[in-house]
Order: sequence, then C-alpha cells, then structure tokens
Amino acid sequence: MNRIERIFRDLKSRGGRALMPFITAGDPDLDTTAAMLPRVEEAGASICELGIPFSDPIADGPVIQASMAYALSKHLRTADILAMTRRLRPRLNMGVVAMVSYSIVHRAGPRRFVADAAAAGFDGFIFPDLPLEESDAILGSVRDAGLTCTLLIAPTTPIERAEKIARASSGFVYVLSRSGITGERASLPADLAQRVQRLRGVTDLPITVGFGVSTPDQVRCVVEVADAVIVGSAIMRRVADVREQGRERVVDEVSRFVSELAAGLPGSAVAR
Amino acid sequence: METKPLTAESVDPLAVPDTRGRFGSFGGVYVPETLYAALAQVSAEYEKAKKDPAFQAKLDGMLRDYVGRSTPLYFAARLTETAGGARIFLKREDLSHTGAHKINNSLGQALLAIRMGKRRLIAETGAGQHGVATATAAAVFGLECDVFMGTEDMRRQRPNVLRMNMLGARVVPVESGSRTLKDATNAAMRDWMESSPHTHYIIGSVVGPHPFPMMVRDFQSVIGRECRAQCLEQIGRLPDYVVACVGGGSNAAGIFYPFVGDAAVKLVGVEAGGKSSTPGEHAASITMGRPGVLHGSMSYVLQDDDGQTADVHSISAGLDYPGVGPEHAFWHDSRRVQYTSITDKLALEAFTTLTRREGIIPALESSHAVAHALQLAASLPKDRVVVINLSGRGDKDLDEAKRLLGL
Repeated sequence: MNRIERIFRDLKSRGGRALMPFITAGDPDLDTTAAMLPRVEEAGASICELGIPFSDPIADGPVIQASMAYALSKHLRTADILAMTRRLRPRLNMGVVAMVSYSIVHRAGPRRFVADAAAAGFDGFIFPDLPLEESDAILGSVRDAGLTCTLLIAPTTPIERAEKIARASSGFVYVLSRSGITGERASLPADLAQRVQRLRGVTDLPITVGFGVSTPDQVRCVVEVADAVIVGSAIMRRVADVREQGRERVVDEVSRFVSELAAGLPGSAVAR
Repeated sequence: METKPLTAESVDPLAVPDTRGRFGSFGGVYVPETLYAALAQVSAEYEKAKKDPAFQAKLDGMLRDYVGRSTPLYFAARLTETAGGARIFLKREDLSHTGAHKINNSLGQALLAIRMGKRRLIAETGAGQHGVATATAAAVFGLECDVFMGTEDMRRQRPNVLRMNMLGARVVPVESGSRTLKDATNAAMRDWMESSPHTHYIIGSVVGPHPFPMMVRDFQSVIGRECRAQCLEQIGRLPDYVVACVGGGSNAAGIFYPFVGDAAVKLVGVEAGGKSSTPGEHAASITMGRPGVLHGSMSYVLQDDDGQTADVHSISAGLDYPGVGPEHAFWHDSRRVQYTSITDKLALEAFTTLTRREGIIPALESSHAVAHALQLAASLPKDRVVVINLSGRGDKDLDEAKRLLGL
C-alpha cells in the first residue's frame, strides 16, 4: 500500500483529518525547505504538498507565483529538489507529493520524471495544469511506479466529469473550493459542503479541499466535510514576510503557523 | 484505442485540428480544470456560430464596412527594384482599421462573446495591436474591456497604450517575469479562471488551448482567401512564395491557411532572430526551440532543460514570445511551411527600406517578413512572385525606431 493511502486509512480509522501544507521548494532556498519539512510534520501535517517552482504557474495567485519566481531567481534546478527530498525522506513520516506543472514533466519525459521522483521518495503527484483528456501519457507511468496521481476538480466541473476525474486519480482527489487562482480568501464558498457531498456519491477516494483556505477556522470548516485540507498561499506569504530574517526565523514562522492551522483539526487540544 | 503515433506527414493538413484540438501531435488542451468548462462553452458556441449564416453575415459586414476589407494586394515596384529579382507584392493588412490584421479576430470573437451573453472582454497584448483591436471591438459593441500588458511593452509601445485608454479600455500593467507578452498572457488566463462566467478571453494569436488556435486561424483566414483571389485576378496566377512574420503566428496562419492545399505555393514563416542565436537573445521558437507545453497547448517552445520558459528577446514586442501556434509546429514538421529567422538588425534595415522606397512605414513585426522577402526575391528570377503579408503599420514603433536608429 502506498504511503498516501496508508495515511488516509489510518486517519479514517481514528476519525482524523489530514492537514496538507503547500510549501514551495527552494523558497528562500533548499536548505530552508529541508529544515522546514520535519518541523511542518511535527506541527501536525500529514502530507506535504511540495511545489516544484515553474516560471509560468497559471493556476497560482500572486503569492505562490512570487514565491516560485523567487526560488527560480536563485537558479534552482529540479534535480536539486529531488536530491534534497531523497536526503530528507528517511527523516520524514508524512507523505510528500509533488505539485508540478506538466510543462516540466513533459520536458523531462513523463516516464523519466516519475521514475526520478519515485527514487527521491515522493509518494505522489498533483498536476495543476493537466486536464483529464491529456493525462494518459502520465497516468500509466505513475501507476507503474506505485505512486498516487491527483487531478483537480473545479466548481465548474459537472458531476459526470468529476466522476471520471476521480477514477483517473489515486490516493485522493483534489477539490478546488472556488474557481480562479490560489490565494487567501475571507470566507469559504457556501456550496462547498454540498459539492463535497455530491462527490462522495461517485468516489470512495479521500477528498481534499484547497484554494483560499488560510485560517484555523476555515480549516475546521473544511474538515467537517472533507478528509483533508490544503493551505498554501497563507504559508508562503509568511515565508515572504520573514524571508530576509534568516533561515531559523522562516522555519519557526512556518512551524508556528502550521501548528495554528492544525488546531482546526478534530481531536486537537484546542479544537472546539 | 491503440493507434500508431501520429507523424506530421501522415495527417491531412486540411483536416486539422481533430476534435481534441490536435494538429498531429501538437495542440490539445493543457489548462487547469477550472478553465475546462469555459473552453468547452467557447468550442460549442463557435461550432454553432460557424454554421449560422446570420453570424457570418454580421461578421462579413463589419469586416467590409468597419475594417475596410478587402485590403489591397499592392505591387511594390520600387521594393522589387531594390531586391532586383522576383516581383514583390504586399498584402496590405496595415490598411485595416486600427492598423493591423488583429481586428479580424477581435471582431469575430467579440461577436462570439455577445452570442454567449458575456459583456466583458479581456485580452493579452504585446505590441498593443491586439489590445487596440479588442478595445475597439469592445467600444463598437458596447462591451467592457481589460487588456493585460507587460510594463516593458507599455514602455516601448506607448502610442497603443494611449489608444486603448482613449477607447475606454483599462490597460492592466503586468509586472511579473519578463514584463512582456508571455507574462501578460499568464495574467489574462488567471483573470479568466475567475471571471469566465461573464467574461470572454480573446486570445490574440493562434496559440493557447483548443479551440483558440483553430478559431483565430479561421477568423484570420480572410487574409489568405482575399489574397489568393487577388493573385488570380491581378497576376493571373498563384504566387510562388508567401512570406509572413511569426510570433504566435496569427497573421501567418491567416494568410497561409487558404494556400495550404496549393502545393506549388511555397510558404515561409519568419521568426524573430533577435540579437543572436544565443538563448535569451532571440524569440525563434520553431527554428531554435523544441516541443513543449506552454499556455495551454503543445508546440515548439523556448525552454531550458528543466522545462522553465526561457527568456526571449526581439526588437518587436509582437514577436517577443517564447512559443508559437501548434498548427505552425505541425506545418513545420510536415514540411508544408518553411521557417526561418531574421535578426533585429535586418528587420530594422527592412523597416527603413520599405519606408523610404515605398512610403509605407511597416510594423517592426512585419519588417521581419519584409527583410526575408528582400533576400528571397533577390535570389529569384524576375518572373517569380513573392507576396509579403504586411501585417501591420509602424506608427506605434516610431519612438522605438527613432531610438534604435539614433535619429
């Protein structure tokens, strides 16, 4: 059983929910990312969504876009991210999935990219800019490597299509809380619970919700209906805020914030 | 279904794209799921509009009475003399309302937006010609309009920024990345992901996800249909060569497409060779790039080994783009169209030559096609015919040309 599947099975057996922080690899540098991941796990993350920086991330809002641009401005290479992950993997229990643009995967060659990521210890992939129709080339490679593959489901996705997307996905499905790009929002859309419920009718995979989640209260609301919650921009904004203050400060800030978010999970000491 | 991998040679060039938007192995729909429904709606509505005589009549009427079509096919006698070889004709898209071919597409897509009940238009722009064309369409149809433009392009194409403002459009400055066309495209796509229920994104070139490459080609094909008929009428035969500049490739696709079935007509696309062939100093995606995914489709792109989009450079903002339309990639691989590149320096020389010899100030984009056609014509006998698609006029480039020429 894949690590991601095991994590969700274990959570389910004890009524837990997964917090999935998104971290841009290499912002502000890879050593900081390496220092951050174990702390993020300690702070309550079950799975980390590690973003592979891309020069043109069209699904991402200003915060993650700037974060990726910053990482790339330091001449970050994909091979360096894989090497960092490989070194760190033995120290981590949480799942690590790569959030990666298909432009990067295509350039490397889908089979080679998946093999290299698997060897580095990644457990799965999220492809934010790959719709179902173009996913054939990569899905087989991911399955053969025993990793998970998650395609996105949008508010505009009809339920019949959502079912097909869920069938092509493995590990978990990723439901966008709203249309548009990543970024923090004051409130969650009113129809989110209903959309998640409808999706339950067509898939048994764990359901993860992301886009626009930025506070412990929103985490609490999301996991009342979903199995997992992704928080990205709110974390990377904090990285940007303290980037100039040194590695320790960045790691502490992220760790502290992930702990706050984890307070929104059921069973947490401070959960209502 | 198991099929043999498609090679460009095995695909009928008149039967592309397929229903998935594939031109051989190029094209497709590589977008976030959020855009999928919007694209499906555009596809469905476009197929309906194509078959609707009222839509076509409305568009044809606007192209005739508002744009001023058909644009002339002009025999450039003094340019021909300068080259000293084949006869050179200019397809005068520079005489279109707003000064470039871009208006053909903007009007077509604006009418489509109205059919879909969308009251807001957005566009990306590099040289500003597509932005001006879309702002114009918005003005004449009473729609709201936001145009995304990189701040580097706003600097070098200032007259067009002013025109868009005058027309009532909002020009949204894009500060990210290289602050040029690629980044403006990212910004427009991001807007559309949120705004698609009430907004239509008018992509200005034959790039992006299906159905845009096909739809923009179709709207621009009026250039080639007119040109083909004008050649037969004015010259009594088809041309030997048709030459067009290629950034994203909309003017080239528009003039090439109606000639694709005419095997004797050689088609030449001219990319921006920039300062040199060193990565970062040119924008020649086909001649110097390789297949990759950018902005929603698979085509030739300029990327580094990691798949990160490369920096590009061209003297002309409209060609300063690291990708190219997927149909051009297909035409290249099937050898139906030959692609070459022209440096900044030669383009600027051609800009001056055409201005002084014919009294026509071309856009810096179109000057690339002029430069190649001058070389080509010089190498051919006098009974041959070379047609240049003069895709736009150069008023917008005067400040930049003045600076570059040291005047």
